Amino acid sequence: MSQAVLHQIFAGLATGGIYASLALALVMIYQATHLVNFAQGEMAMFCTYIAWSLLQTGMGYWPAFLLTVGFGFVLGVVIERVVIRPVERSSVLSVVVVFIGLLAILNSVAGWIYTYTIKPFPSPFPEALANPLMSPHELGSILVTLVVLVLLYAFFRFTPLGLAMRAAAQNPESSRLVGIRVGWMLALGWGLASAIGAVAGMMIAPVVYLDPNMMGGILLYAFAAALLGGIDNPGGAVLGGFIMGVLENLLGAFVIGNDLKLALALVLIVGVLVVRPSGLFGSVQVSRV
Amino acid sequence: MNRKLLAVLILLLVACVLPFVISNYRVFQLTLVLVYAIALLGLNMLTGYNGQISLGHGAFYAIGAYCAAILMDKWGVPYWATLPVAGAVCLVVGFLFGLPALRLEGLYLALATFALGVSMPQLLKYHAIEEWTGGVQGIVILKPDPPAFLAGLGLNQDRWLYFFSLGVALLMFVLGRNLLHGRIGRAVIAIRDNPTAAQAMGVNNALYKSLTFGVSAMYTGIAGALGAIAVQFVAPDSFGIFLSLVFLIGIVVGGLASISGAIYGAFFIQFVPNIADAVSKAAPWAIFGLFLIAFVYLLPAGIAGGVQMARARFMRASSQSEAGGAKQPVTAKEGVS
Amino acid sequence: MKRRLIPIAALLAAALASPAALAQKKYDPGASDNEIKIGNTNPYSGPASAYGTIGKTIAAYFNMLNSQGGINGRKISFISYDDGYSPPKTVEMARRLVEQDQVLFCFQTLGTPSNSAIHKYMNAKKVPQLFVATGATKWNDPKHYPWTMGWQPNYQTEGRIYAAHILKNTPNAKIGVLYQNDDYGKDVLKGLEDGLGEKGRKLIVKKVTYEVTDPTVDSQIIQLQGSGADVFVNITTPKFAAQAVRKVYDIGWKPVHYLNNVGASVGSVLKPAGFEKAVGIISTFYYKDYTDKQWQNDPAVKKWEAFMKQWYPQGNLADGSNMYGYSVARTLEVVLKQAGDNLTRENIMKQAASLKNVEIDTLLPGIKINTSATDFAPIEAMQLGRFNGTQYELFGDVIHTDKPQ
Repeated sequence: MSQAVLHQIFAGLATGGIYASLALALVMIYQATHLVNFAQGEMAMFCTYIAWSLLQTGMGYWPAFLLTVGFGFVLGVVIERVVIRPVERSSVLSVVVVFIGLLAILNSVAGWIYTYTIKPFPSPFPEALANPLMSPHELGSILVTLVVLVLLYAFFRFTPLGLAMRAAAQNPESSRLVGIRVGWMLALGWGLASAIGAVAGMMIAPVVYLDPNMMGGILLYAFAAALLGGIDNPGGAVLGGFIMGVLENLLGAFVIGNDLKLALALVLIVGVLVVRPSGLFGSVQVSRV
Repeated sequence: MNRKLLAVLILLLVACVLPFVISNYRVFQLTLVLVYAIALLGLNMLTGYNGQISLGHGAFYAIGAYCAAILMDKWGVPYWATLPVAGAVCLVVGFLFGLPALRLEGLYLALATFALGVSMPQLLKYHAIEEWTGGVQGIVILKPDPPAFLAGLGLNQDRWLYFFSLGVALLMFVLGRNLLHGRIGRAVIAIRDNPTAAQAMGVNNALYKSLTFGVSAMYTGIAGALGAIAVQFVAPDSFGIFLSLVFLIGIVVGGLASISGAIYGAFFIQFVPNIADAVSKAAPWAIFGLFLIAFVYLLPAGIAGGVQMARARFMRASSQSEAGGAKQPVTAKEGVS
Repeated sequence: MKRRLIPIAALLAAALASPAALAQKKYDPGASDNEIKIGNTNPYSGPASAYGTIGKTIAAYFNMLNSQGGINGRKISFISYDDGYSPPKTVEMARRLVEQDQVLFCFQTLGTPSNSAIHKYMNAKKVPQLFVATGATKWNDPKHYPWTMGWQPNYQTEGRIYAAHILKNTPNAKIGVLYQNDDYGKDVLKGLEDGLGEKGRKLIVKKVTYEVTDPTVDSQIIQLQGSGADVFVNITTPKFAAQAVRKVYDIGWKPVHYLNNVGASVGSVLKPAGFEKAVGIISTFYYKDYTDKQWQNDPAVKKWEAFMKQWYPQGNLADGSNMYGYSVARTLEVVLKQAGDNLTRENIMKQAASLKNVEIDTLLPGIKINTSATDFAPIEAMQLGRFNGTQYELFGDVIHTDKPQ
């Protein structure tokens, strides 16, 4: 394999890791609520600004990291309780519009508080191991994404809470009958998704720099990645992210040029979805008549 | 029924007199409202009536707009003749896009249409077609003058374009109403509510769904052409993904699966951003977002649903005082899919 | 009734006292004895909202002027609307400004597509579209568009400056170009290619684009490195400029790096990218960069800093857009002072087109603003600078691109 191709593949894995990390948050919220949250990216961006503010006060990286994840969780729960709960019973599209409203509010407020000038965001990984193929941060953030993935997997598979959450999303009526507090499960799902988003934001910001519009493009890629891999399968979503990143780079560099790489990548993904409507690794939905 | 017809006639009369009493700038804004109303009706057919979510209708709006601009700029086609062409092109493109979309449902269709919306500005910039599209620079077109045989009616360019758009909108709305309230419309709605049952009743789901996609795209494309003529300019930056989202906002806030909802929605997407801007320069989007959430809270069935409910209440009150007759109940959840 | 009579009486008295003074006062819509209405559109929302700060700086500047008594005794009322960087919205807002608010003229409307959309309209209405906030070349066309004027050095000029420098210093260069896939990127590229000429154009071994929705430009940088280029012309906006600077360094590519003015800020690009990664970068300048150490004690920059702190405290001092907005507002102040009591649209254009050696102290020393009836390009000079790890060292003379070199 030629050096150029190899180099593009590694760079693609690095950006793919970015898509994967946000895709995980999307999968999380989908697992809990069967909705895709368009404001997920802006929530992650907002959390990252909180982390930045904490770091500005002189706090160490890891305390700030943990506090931000906690903040993300609370933000998610509050948004679910205050904003989403009242429209829960409306049509799916009404909820989508509320998501768009949230996106606009968070984006605008972040710009208002922090201005639109890009800010550098520190990486927790040592810069020493400079490597032409992949920076330590890129490697480290892929690792973080994989750790989150394993935790998520374990949570949904093995903990009673995770099982209850999945049940609540899949069949709220029956879950209620067996004593699951469906309302709180939804709020918990939002909190977890938002916390995962906060981690993603803090891993993404050192690469793309922190600004209110940083998630605009990434959300689309993450959305595509999650659907490609299977929106109900965290592992699939992460793999989808990597595929998206590598595919895009190879198409851009060697096939169609940078200006149409996104369009072609999306066409290919839609093509895959036409053949496999539930994604590469998603479970097939059977609807009852 | 007669009362409804009367109301429509009065509204039309107002719409005809209005341009002579308000400023040209307001006339221009109302022209845009008409344009958006056509686009929203198109999207509502697909998403509201047929249950297929589109996050990329801005793309069809763009195709329509570019059809008009290219025809006028390169071939000197008169503006009115560009509308049928734009409609036909979008009908075909929409139908073809609808075919693979048949396999996709819910979120996956949302992604496919979203992808279309995101890719459109990039496709318009593509260098191989730059000669026609003007690339990143876009195309400037001339505003049509009122026709000579109408001289002396006090029409200027803005008023003429308004009346022209009003005519087009009327035609499209009457056609749309007949389509949706007839046999075809019932089939389209049946597919949304229960595809399996519809199929069992002998509805050809695949054909109807693709056709709905095509007709929906046609409406939006005609609106795009009309919009391009009104704005006198097309460029890739005019048709970003946010336009598609704004259309979606329009039908939800206006009222899903409601013909009048398209008009309410058009007023919303035309004027509420201006209000947001007036409230706060620092964070206009924050105000816009608050408006969105507030509308969904207060009017879960959209403005059209709210209006219908208010009217039903009023009717009940008046009929109770008259004869105590029971009116048919109106569900607030109309159009919720 | 009485109330209405008093001003008329006062006016009469004034007329009797000095008929000449009254005769000189000429107003078009939007101007009066105590007010000048100025219209503007800016993207305060949407994907280009980073530029909205320019409109806010200008508004703050006029607030300051008003607190000091305005210009020639008239208060400035600056009406600025959000167009979200969407051309149809710009058309609507421009019509609102002209037809409803009745502004005397529009000033600093932002964005190439947005201004293209209202270009014909403003000229048909004969309302000045003054000092537009874009570097496209087409604003300098007094013959066909006598009511439109740019302000900043145009993008093509900048491209030509890089071309000249490349041809002089590395005539056998292999040039790789990264540019934003829009009018701005293509304009700088065109200047570069024109400047290189027929022969020189062959020096470009690779051109790659990016979209503003791309998360990073890493892949593009790798493509350029792979092409064997040893000169890198980097035509990007701040966020992507910072990414490119970092990536070039991280993959061990060591080209001669030309970074366009849009993305050259020390504080908002090089600092986030890391100073050590930016050493040797060459760029062009026309205004002073607050975040560059060499200007930190400059009296004009100090004055700007004080202005920002008092009148626009939310504004980010590291953002060059705020210096830009301040400088262009001051240029307008000169025009309005010059116009005196003759506040017609025609005279505004006439005064804007007769600036002679005007120096705005936040622009680089030696840069003078000159316009004429046939020259609608106010700033046509830039100076090259090389980043030494802490600041840009300006070198060579100020390059006047309006004069043949």
